[in-house]
Amino acid sequence: MDIAVNILLTIATAATPLLVAAIGELVVERSGVLNLGVEGMMIMGAVAGFGASYLTGSPWAGLLAAMVVGALFSLLFAVMTLSLATNQVATGLSLTLLGLGLSGMMGTGFVGLPGERLPYLYIPFLSDLPVVGKLLFGQDPVFYISIALTAAVAWFLFRTRAGLTLRSIGDSHTSAHALGIKVIRYRYLAVLFGGACAGLAGGQLSLVYTPQWVENMSAGRGWIALALVVFASWRPWRVFAGAYIFGMIWIGQLHVQAIDLQQFAGAPWLLYKVMELLKSLPSQYLAMLPYLATIVVLVLISRNKRLTMMNTPASLGQPFVPDR
Amino acid sequence: MSEKLATGNLLEVRGLTKIFGTLKACDAIDLIVAKGEIHALLGENGAGKSTLVKMLFGSLEPHSGEIRWDGKPVRITSPGAAKKLGIGMVFQHFSLFEALTAAENIALSLDDGSPINQIAAKARALSYSYGLPLDPDSLVGDLSVGERQRIEIIRCLLQTPQLIILDEPTSVLTPQEADKLFETLERLRAEGKSILYISHRLEEVKRMCDRATVLRHGKVVGHCNPREETAASLARMMVGNEVKAVVRAPVEGIDKAAALLEIRNLSRKPATPFSIPLRDISLSVRAGEVIGIAGVAGNGQGEFFEAVSGEVRQDTAGAVRIRGKDAGALGITGRRLAGAAFVPEERLGHGAAPRMKLSENLLLSRHATDKKAFVGGGGMVKAGAVYSAAQRIIEVMDVRKSAPDPEAAALSGGNLQKFIVGRELDRKPSVMVVNQPTWGVDAGAAAHIRQALIELARSGSAVLVISQDLDELFEISDAIAVMHNGELSHPMPIAEATFEKIGLLMGGAESGHGGQAAEVA
Repeated sequence: MDIAVNILLTIATAATPLLVAAIGELVVERSGVLNLGVEGMMIMGAVAGFGASYLTGSPWAGLLAAMVVGALFSLLFAVMTLSLATNQVATGLSLTLLGLGLSGMMGTGFVGLPGERLPYLYIPFLSDLPVVGKLLFGQDPVFYISIALTAAVAWFLFRTRAGLTLRSIGDSHTSAHALGIKVIRYRYLAVLFGGACAGLAGGQLSLVYTPQWVENMSAGRGWIALALVVFASWRPWRVFAGAYIFGMIWIGQLHVQAIDLQQFAGAPWLLYKVMELLKSLPSQYLAMLPYLATIVVLVLISRNKRLTMMNTPASLGQPFVPDR
Repeated sequence: MSEKLATGNLLEVRGLTKIFGTLKACDAIDLIVAKGEIHALLGENGAGKSTLVKMLFGSLEPHSGEIRWDGKPVRITSPGAAKKLGIGMVFQHFSLFEALTAAENIALSLDDGSPINQIAAKARALSYSYGLPLDPDSLVGDLSVGERQRIEIIRCLLQTPQLIILDEPTSVLTPQEADKLFETLERLRAEGKSILYISHRLEEVKRMCDRATVLRHGKVVGHCNPREETAASLARMMVGNEVKAVVRAPVEGIDKAAALLEIRNLSRKPATPFSIPLRDISLSVRAGEVIGIAGVAGNGQGEFFEAVSGEVRQDTAGAVRIRGKDAGALGITGRRLAGAAFVPEERLGHGAAPRMKLSENLLLSRHATDKKAFVGGGGMVKAGAVYSAAQRIIEVMDVRKSAPDPEAAALSGGNLQKFIVGRELDRKPSVMVVNQPTWGVDAGAAAHIRQALIELARSGSAVLVISQDLDELFEISDAIAVMHNGELSHPMPIAEATFEKIGLLMGGAESGHGGQAAEVA
């Protein structure tokens, strides 16, 4: 039982950074802006989080620094694409490249240093309950933030006037402008929010997931978050599902690679056969599985073309210059 | 109805000027709108009407000039500021959000922050009281253009504006829907509101408007009382000289002529959730005749054009036949080689590649049909031949341009349309299919294009014209069919057709929808 709980906990830890970054990007894209710089903002958040935590001794300060640096880094993107109307795809890609390089340079002094992990939540009695105690009341703070964030964004987008306005800007920025909506201001705020989320996701990597600084430690998670947003057809709870499916299969395949087939000798025939098949596959195929499964599942749930169409921000990626 | 309930001027505009690059879109415009009047703003496309109202609504900033609202000078810096003053606008190109419901669309333009279902209830009540029924929960993407217009109007009315600007509101309505709109406007005038009504349809201006301001080339050329003018005198003011009437000689012996374009039981599933399916369309166009297809925008005309032109191929080869040969499985080039020519609705990006020169655009559409003339040995392009052909078309169609061979995007919409139509006419195709031939083209050039289409037909070609402009169809067609919700009615010979009959069909009244091949008497 303990093993199962531990596996579930690692799944949550693996899914959380994807979820946080993807929820941030979802808000950005709902406003009609495509920021391909998630990976870059994430790695900047990771290095800033580790650095601030190391220098101040407080991982909480690290978490805050990760969000602030992520937001500041996205401000660069916002100024370029929103005020100067540059191409969003090119600017986003350069943001990623810049982030990867800059974080490597800033982090040279941190390599190999021991980091401090964010403390796990502990509520007397509740956290001591068997199974659910650890799962529900004993995880790291970013886990709780990610769940709250998903719920808050879903509520904001579909239940508030500001959320409606944001969606309308993503649908048609020219119509929104004609109604007197401040398109650029909303987009700035959305991009900054997305940057803070990506930074927070990066902070989770260097303060919770593996509390140390390793160059390139985001390892493509920003790109997965981007793909999740699209395959989840821009709906927050689908992003949540996608992030957890990915995390589950990611952790699952790691365990499959590590286990010994002998342990399953007494298992039911079908389970044994499945394990045998998985073990016989080259490890590269196992490593592919999370990507494949996530895409298959999300494609299946977004088969309803009409719903997808309704949720796709129609002005995504188009620069907006109000004519005066 | 012309008695003023309120007195005084609501809006006074003096010397308003807007310059785009070297073009004076609006040149020292003076305009006065009194309280409780319907004021018409007349002018051809490109006369500066839309630019002027955009300045009044705050989406463009004037270079100079003064706007006085209720006697006090104001600066309208944004649409928000205009709304605060009490100016509401119903846009020509809708400013609606397709992925949102009608109620959400309305809520976005109201600043009071009341919950959506309250707004929906208010919108529903208001819409029924004005006789423009509206379902607030419907998704805008699913609605017809006429219904979308209702949302725009209701949204505008809910803001309780003093001045309502309507930019070409009837261009997308059936005649019956337009009547409904006129009733609404008269009721608003009776309530003391002012209306600035932009149109180039002179009959409706004469019928409704108390005063008119006429623009030409960005300047005010006159103020008048439209009720005392004739349609011809108004047209003369707008255009600056007499517009040559289109001459259409009756066709003889058309029933014996061969059908050059035949469409048999053409059906098409909707390509996107918001598009219209085509349902069992049959039509034949004979040598020598012009058939018009009327219909409110968004009833499947675009889908129909795509299917006929070969942008979308058919599963059954016999669904489209050109000069007696099955063409359903052919692409655009194949159908062109069979003798057909096509002019799509969108000029930029569809009819022409915006960043390519006119001569290059000519080559793009005719490289296969005019292979001998344009392409030499080894596949090399004969640039000189293409260039001189382009110059010939420019001259015949009187295309006004700034350089000898400019990029397509550098031309005004009307001039580019002349070139695109001319490019196809120049081939003397035996089948010509045109979607919105004169949309956005000034009156003189429109007459030229219409006359050219009639002459092409009379010289033995089959011409099919899809248009939203009923006047145009009545001017050039030998028979008119109506497209509604993806179905096509029987073509009605022009002698029997009236605005009312066609209008009813456009609104969806049942008549003559059928699968059998249509016959023209």
